[in-house]
Amino acid sequence: MFGWANPKRFMELSGAVLPWVAGAAGLFLIVGLYLSVTAPPDYQQGDSVRIMFVHVPAAWISMMAYGWMALASAIGLINRHPLADVAAKEAAPLGTLFTALALITGSLWGRPMWGTYWVWDARLTSFLLLLFLYFGYMALWNAIEDETRAARAAAILALVGAVNLPIIEFSVDWWSTLHQGESIVRVNGPLIAPVFLWPLFLMAAGYTTLFFALLLVRMRTEILARRSRTLILQADG
Amino acid sequence: MAEALFEMGRYAAFVWPAYGITLVGIACAIAFTLRAYRRAKKRLASLEDGRIR
Repeated sequence: MFGWANPKRFMELSGAVLPWVAGAAGLFLIVGLYLSVTAPPDYQQGDSVRIMFVHVPAAWISMMAYGWMALASAIGLINRHPLADVAAKEAAPLGTLFTALALITGSLWGRPMWGTYWVWDARLTSFLLLLFLYFGYMALWNAIEDETRAARAAAILALVGAVNLPIIEFSVDWWSTLHQGESIVRVNGPLIAPVFLWPLFLMAAGYTTLFFALLLVRMRTEILARRSRTLILQADG
Repeated sequence: MAEALFEMGRYAAFVWPAYGITLVGIACAIAFTLRAYRRAKKRLASLEDGRIR
């Protein structure tokens, strides 16, 4: 099943799909950004609603990246496949970036809407924990010299931390939060007008494809670096 | 129209920094990712040529 996942096959496949993924990301982001700044101001939130178009997709990708990391970690633990470890490891810095962007843009939205940059409610606190989980995961990789052992330890941390994902998702239902509840993925349809949904979805598509384009380049980089390390070891031995 | 676009009403002080930080963050991620890739490629190529040991 994991025959396609050998590094050589991965280099071929990723090299072939990368231009398409990157091109899609560029297209989605340009159109999304255009619609984001040209959408009419919201009748209640005014122009501050535009922060949604960069805040919500960043938050989605932060969680998706963590889910990816946890899934790849599980595959790495069970199948002992190095490519799964690489997929998990290289997702972490990208997840960290999007988590930081979600927190910063959220706080810039909170100030005019709630009157405060930060509040320790369940959504914001669990999201801050997500940032620290990413930090901890990367620190663990750096702390352990042996690659296989580092991968295993980091994978366990990633899986334990995955408990935080449903907590973030449902925090707005389980606790009374200042952060608003779910307004897009709802049984009765979204609470947001189409004129705001379009830029939101295009930006989300742009962020997702950008994430995967960067992830593929990062994985390729790591595979080349590992090949270099092997060559050096062979030369020394 | 264009004026309203760049004024962002009274929320300009929040909207523009949010977009600015997002763009800078993403641009840096792209730049660092591509630089690391080019370096890794060059390093492997020179190792395979046997120029560095």
